[in-house]
Amino acid sequence: MSNSAPLAGGFLDLSKLPVARQAHWRRWIAAAAILAALAAIGRAFANGQIEWSYVSRFLTARVILEGIVNTMVMAVLAMALGIVLGVVVAIMRLSPNPVLKSVAAGYTWLFRGTPLILQLLLWFNIALVFPTIGIPGLWSARAVDVMTPFLSALLGLGINQGAYTSEVMRAGMLSVDAGQYEAAKAIGMGRLRALRRIVLPQAMRVVIPPLGNEFIGMVKATSLASVIQYPELLHSAENIYYANSRVIELLIVAGLWYLLVVSILTPLQMLLERRFARGFSQIAR
Amino acid sequence: MTRPLVAIRSVSKTFGEFQALKQVSLDVSAGEVLCLIGASGSGKTTLLRCINQLTPVDSGGIWLDGELLGVREQGGRLHRLTERQIARQRLKTGMVFQRFNLFPHKTAIENITEGPVQVQGRSRDDARTEAMELLRRVGLTAKADAYPAQLSGGQQQRVAIARALAMKPMLMLFDEPTSALDPELVGEVLSVMKELAQSGMTMMVVTHELGFAREVADRVVYMDHGAIVESGFSRDVLGAPREARTRAFLSAVI
Ligand SMILES: Nc1ncnc2c1ncn2[C@@H]1O[C@H](COP(=O)(O)OP(=O)(O)OP(=O)(O)O)[C@@H](O)[C@H]1O
Ligand SMILES: [Mg+2]
Repeated sequence: MSNSAPLAGGFLDLSKLPVARQAHWRRWIAAAAILAALAAIGRAFANGQIEWSYVSRFLTARVILEGIVNTMVMAVLAMALGIVLGVVVAIMRLSPNPVLKSVAAGYTWLFRGTPLILQLLLWFNIALVFPTIGIPGLWSARAVDVMTPFLSALLGLGINQGAYTSEVMRAGMLSVDAGQYEAAKAIGMGRLRALRRIVLPQAMRVVIPPLGNEFIGMVKATSLASVIQYPELLHSAENIYYANSRVIELLIVAGLWYLLVVSILTPLQMLLERRFARGFSQIAR
Repeated sequence: MTRPLVAIRSVSKTFGEFQALKQVSLDVSAGEVLCLIGASGSGKTTLLRCINQLTPVDSGGIWLDGELLGVREQGGRLHRLTERQIARQRLKTGMVFQRFNLFPHKTAIENITEGPVQVQGRSRDDARTEAMELLRRVGLTAKADAYPAQLSGGQQQRVAIARALAMKPMLMLFDEPTSALDPELVGEVLSVMKELAQSGMTMMVVTHELGFAREVADRVVYMDHGAIVESGFSRDVLGAPREARTRAFLSAVI
């Protein structure tokens, strides 16, 4: 349909004019300043007492590789323990039962309220409190034999992680509409089944970004387990520099490995997010 | 007189200071379609939720198919049933919500098979076959694999009806099933409900669609301030109301 009313003249015809490129002067200046600063730091490292040949040699040393494997094994197992505990504690926290509620709140309070390194040391030295542990009449053992660095680190990191994860999970579960819970009840589901089948899968969508964050934190927190002799990455690096005194070189080696692992984790998180976004992608929120 | 399918006796419910239901008593026979009408806040939703035990009653009792809901009488006292027993009792009723409440992470057909498979332990194949038949009944065969977010409101509500029917309930509860819908989508949901009524399902429907009540309901109940003011054949209550309050409500709605 054409416009029947005549248009007023006297306006510039813009359709023929090209659009000039904007000059982002300030961005260029800022980028140059940052590059200069990086170059200065790089120079300091290059001219400092750093033997780069040691860095490249130890980057793939057997002990270091074992260290990164131990780090990842511990991070994955402790995170798994943390998520299981976190889900259970979050469900307890939201239950109508006051006993369960207070146990859950107490757990979070205790393990969030004390430093992680202290908890690791406590688990490792638990033999001082309980010389023997076991199930009366069935099985018992000396605590010093049971509480290996591996087990102490797993319990310390996992139980501490559970306290944080429970809050992430609780927030995720609260983000699911109450109507979902009622609809699940209306088709005859009990509380736990409704949580497992209906509420938690929807909560996952919300909790994966913070959990990814927590997992990256966990990868780095495993380095604290070096104080209880767990042979993770930092501990391996330390053992080498105690022998050859190449402190900075080995710290750089460890740092590069941590960076690499964390860089790989980010795209993995994206994949998980997509998996749990099923059915939600169409909602513009 | 035959035993009613639903018998509600002197049910009261208080939220804090506010009394939402006051000594409500009502019978619904098998195969009957009953419409509940009344102003906002008059307790219609609360009554349906009490029947489905999403809200526990304070006093009085509700019997469904001869079974007392939510409590058990023993030695002159009432004992609350366990959550598991209540879940089992709930299987006899299907509920359709105003806001659909479909599970957004499951497709239409998965929404329908969830209860039969997970709760009733039926085989996945049987459940799927029956779900397809239900989808055909509500006219949505083509949308079996769509997620709720990909469906219109009317389509979502029809899936929600199919989901409730999949549990083979003896009583269907509808809480304003069309009031969250755009006007042009109301008809498709009402016609599914009408077809369901003609198939002999016992239905309790909270609605503001007086045309539907007039055409489909056997009986209409008018509620006000938590009490039943008037109930009777739909043509009587809607056509020639006896109570002044019913008359005022109807003239305000039309
Ligand atoms: N969980 C609750 N806590 C407190 N008050 C409630 C609760 N549920 C309902 N009420 C109150 O009880 C009264 C009856 O509510 P109900 O939802 O049954 O009304 P209704 O007849 O369904 O109204 P509408 O037509 O608006 O849906 C309302 O005043 C409401 O505010
Ligand atoms: Mg209502």
